[in-house]
Order: sequence, then C-alpha cells, then structure tokens
Amino acid sequence: MRTKQMLAALLMLLICPGLMFAGTVSGKVTYTGTPAKPKPIDMSKEPSCAKEHATPVTTETVVTGANNALGNVVVYISTGAPDEGQVPPQAVTFEQKGCQYIPHVLTMHTGQELKVVNNDQTSHNIHPLAKTNREWNKSQPPGTPPISEKYDKEEFIPVKCNVHPWMHGYFAVLKTSHVDVSKDDGGFKLPNLPPGKYTITAWHESYGTKTADVTITGNETKDVNFSFTAKPY
Amino acid sequence: MTIRTTCRCILFIAMALGSVFAQNAGTSSGYPTPRDGFPPSEQRGHGLYLRYCVYCHGVFGDGNGDNAQFLDPRPRDFTAATFKCRSTPTGTLPLDSDLINTLLRGVEASNMPSWRPLSDENRQDLIAYIKTFSERWKTEKAGDPIKIPAETAVDIASIRHGAELFQKMECWKCHGQQGHGDGPSASTLTDSKDQPIHPYNFAAAENDGRFKCGVTNQDLYRIFMTGVDGTPMPSFADVIQPNDAWDLVHFLRTLQTNRRSPENSALKAAGGPSALKAPGDKPSASNPAPSNNGRPSAGGGR
Repeated sequence: MRTKQMLAALLMLLICPGLMFAGTVSGKVTYTGTPAKPKPIDMSKEPSCAKEHATPVTTETVVTGANNALGNVVVYISTGAPDEGQVPPQAVTFEQKGCQYIPHVLTMHTGQELKVVNNDQTSHNIHPLAKTNREWNKSQPPGTPPISEKYDKEEFIPVKCNVHPWMHGYFAVLKTSHVDVSKDDGGFKLPNLPPGKYTITAWHESYGTKTADVTITGNETKDVNFSFTAKPY
Repeated sequence: MTIRTTCRCILFIAMALGSVFAQNAGTSSGYPTPRDGFPPSEQRGHGLYLRYCVYCHGVFGDGNGDNAQFLDPRPRDFTAATFKCRSTPTGTLPLDSDLINTLLRGVEASNMPSWRPLSDENRQDLIAYIKTFSERWKTEKAGDPIKIPAETAVDIASIRHGAELFQKMECWKCHGQQGHGDGPSASTLTDSKDQPIHPYNFAAAENDGRFKCGVTNQDLYRIFMTGVDGTPMPSFADVIQPNDAWDLVHFLRTLQTNRRSPENSALKAAGGPSALKAPGDKPSASNPAPSNNGRPSAGGGR
C-alpha cells in the first residue's frame, strides 16, 4: 500500500511537478487618501438599458470596499511568469449588458481569442482605443454574432462605446495568464506558481502601477499587499 | 581675382556642398529629419512635407503643428498610423492608393485641402515620407480591400429597405433621423484623441454630395463598411450583407435632399418621403415614429 502511494506521488511529480511545489501569491489592494465618489449614470436616453437596472448605476472608474479596499486592480506577474507564450485555447468574453461592460476590466493573454457579445436590445459600437496594438471600431446591433478578435502585444487598452458615452472599460492584454483582478474587498490570488523569483505588478486605471518582488521556494503562500494613493477627482 | 573674392568663392562652394550633404543626411532644415540611408523617395517626401504639411501635421507627424491648435477637427496624427479613409477593414493599414486618393480629394468638412496641383511623383514621395512616422508600416501589411459587388438597381424597394436598415443599425443615434447629424448621441461624440467631433450632416451636402472620404455611391458604401478609423464611426462590415449595403447607400442618398440624384428621383416618383413609411409601422421608445413628412422624426436631440 505504501509503495503504491509512493509510486503515485512519483507519477504526480513527473506529470505535473508545478502542482507538487506550487506556490501562491495572495494579498489585498488598498488605497490611502480620498478617492473620487462614484457618479450616477443617467441612462434615460437608452430606455431599454435603463429598465434593466433596479437601482441607479454608478461609474466604475474607482471601486472601493470596506477598510479602504480597492477593486478592479489588475495584479499579474510582470517578470518571471512561467507561461509566457502559452496562449490559452479558450476565449475570454466581454459582455455588453444593461449598457455596461461585464467585466469592467477584462484580462487576456496575448494572442488569446477575445469574444465580444451584445446582450442588450440596442446597438453598441465597440471601440478599443489601442495605441500599441491596432485600433478598430465595430458596430454590433442586438442579435448579431459575437465579434472575435485578438491582440498581439501587451497593452492596457481603454474601451468605449461612442453611442453610449458612459460605457467604458479596459482590456488588459498580458504575456501571462497568472493574473487576477482585485475584488471589491481588494483581495487577489495568483496560484500555481513554480519556485522562482517574480515581479508582481498591480495596475489601476486611475492610480497607475505598483510593483513588488517575491520569491517562491516551494509549496507556500506569500502575502503581498499593494497600496495606492487615491485622487479625489 | 583678389584673395577676398577667392575666399568668397570657396565659402560659397563650401556652403553649397554642405547644404547638399546636409540635405542627404536629412539635417538641412534643423528639424528632426530622416536618418542617413533613407531612400530618395522619402528624402524628397521630407522636403515636400516641410513645405506643405508641417504647419498642421507637425515636425514629428503627430498632428501638433503650429496651426493645429486652431483647427477643428485636429490634423491627423501619423505616428498612430490610423487613417480615416481606407478601402481596407477597420484596424488595418490603408493601401498607398487610399492615401494618394485622400491627397487628391482633400477631406470634406475639415481643413485638409486637395493636393491635386502636386505631381503624381510628389504625392507618392509624400506618402513614402509619412510612413516613416510609425513602425507599423515596417511590421504590418496593408489590409485586403473590402469587396464591393456591382451596384443594385435604384428603386423604391431598395430605398425603403435601406430606411429600415438605417433604423435597425441605429444610424440615427448619431446622424439623426433626418440625417442632420443631430442624433441623441451626437453632442457627446469624441474622436480617438478625446476631441469633440460631429456626425456627418447629410442634409447639408450640396449638389455634389461629397463625403469625408469620397463622392460616389461606391465611396459611400466603402465608408460605412470600413468605418472611419480614429472617429466614432464604426465598421458595419460584419453586420450588413453586401446587397443590403447598397440599399442603405440608396436610402442615405435621399437624406441629401439638396442633391439631384437617381435616388431622390425614385423617391419622388414613388410619392415622396411618405413612400418610406411601411404599412403597420409602430413606434417604440428606442425607435421613434416616422415624422409627419414620412421620414422618421428627429429622435432625442441635443
């Protein structure tokens, strides 16, 4: 019995050594200072969207939670990522629903398929304002198939709908899939990291970037926290 | 010949030679210029650019020339390699012929004039030079031009279907129900540089019916299928079928009410704008009722 267990462990080690010695980086993103208050969005010009929201919708430029938590921060491995060039086969989806972008910040690997879907009863134009990658702008009336695109280069790309000026979001195109977006409680987690030295970068659309270096030596969890200085505008 | 005259001659020859060498090295003007080794066409284009284009498009090709602050819309930023008038799909580089056509035509409703008085070689040299402002021209190829099928017949059925597409595609959100450029989203539109921009006003077109990127029905077809990159005007190539696109062209031409055209003649022969009103049309909140002249009413507004 013991031999079988040892063989199984050895087999596991051979098949996926990363899982046997997989470390995790986790932590919390917070802010200091006074962030801008979310502004209410007036969707009265688009009744089909307005009626989808029982409570007034607010801007998502800065999303905060209890104890100065900061949401919508992209936390990723900017140096040392073990999966650079390994493009995930599955697509990521950017949904337009209730004249909002879901999610507000969508992460994807360079070369990964991006699908944009319109689940509204109104037309949108999807206009990612890329500078390093190609800028394109496509109309998507209700009921039309998803738009399929991909990006070749790393970039944080603002996305907007010109027809509905309150709609804006971001594509975070990265060379890694070791990425998370902080939740409303500021929490994030980067699991399955083999031993090595890494630079972790946190990016927020209004507050810029912060970095931290971390070393994973084995099956362990390292705490890394980021703090941004909030702007009151 | 006196020593003084000899010295003057030597100085003059030295200046002339220096000027020639400097020009080849791209430093004659004192502006940042092409590096050594640029092909002759780009060097010639550089000289033309400094003479004709730099005041608006800027030394660095970024659209920040001395005159730019006074211009609306702002001059094109060549460093982004994003061009409005193309025969290629949205997001792709244009063909050289697209850029040449823009130089020939100028850009309607902007300060970009026609450069028809220049020679063909001058225009080609200018295009060669403005391509030096962006690395995209070295790493990407121009897109494949969109295919435009033969134009379908202009008749009331085509115009009526085009009017339906105008509603379905929600063109009126920006261009307004009567094509006056006063749709509910018009006042909030901005270009890729966050500068305010106005939708095309079809009704203001004179008899030549010029658009920003052309004048013919084929040009109009191309404009909405490729989109006008760098502006809020998106591409409809993925959502409008080729023959349907001709119907939309025919309807859009009827919005140019000051223009004598086969489309306006066909509409008049069918009884005027009321012929666009299909039986059983029902207005909705997001798709307002046709107005009393038979055309859809101006929805929303500023």
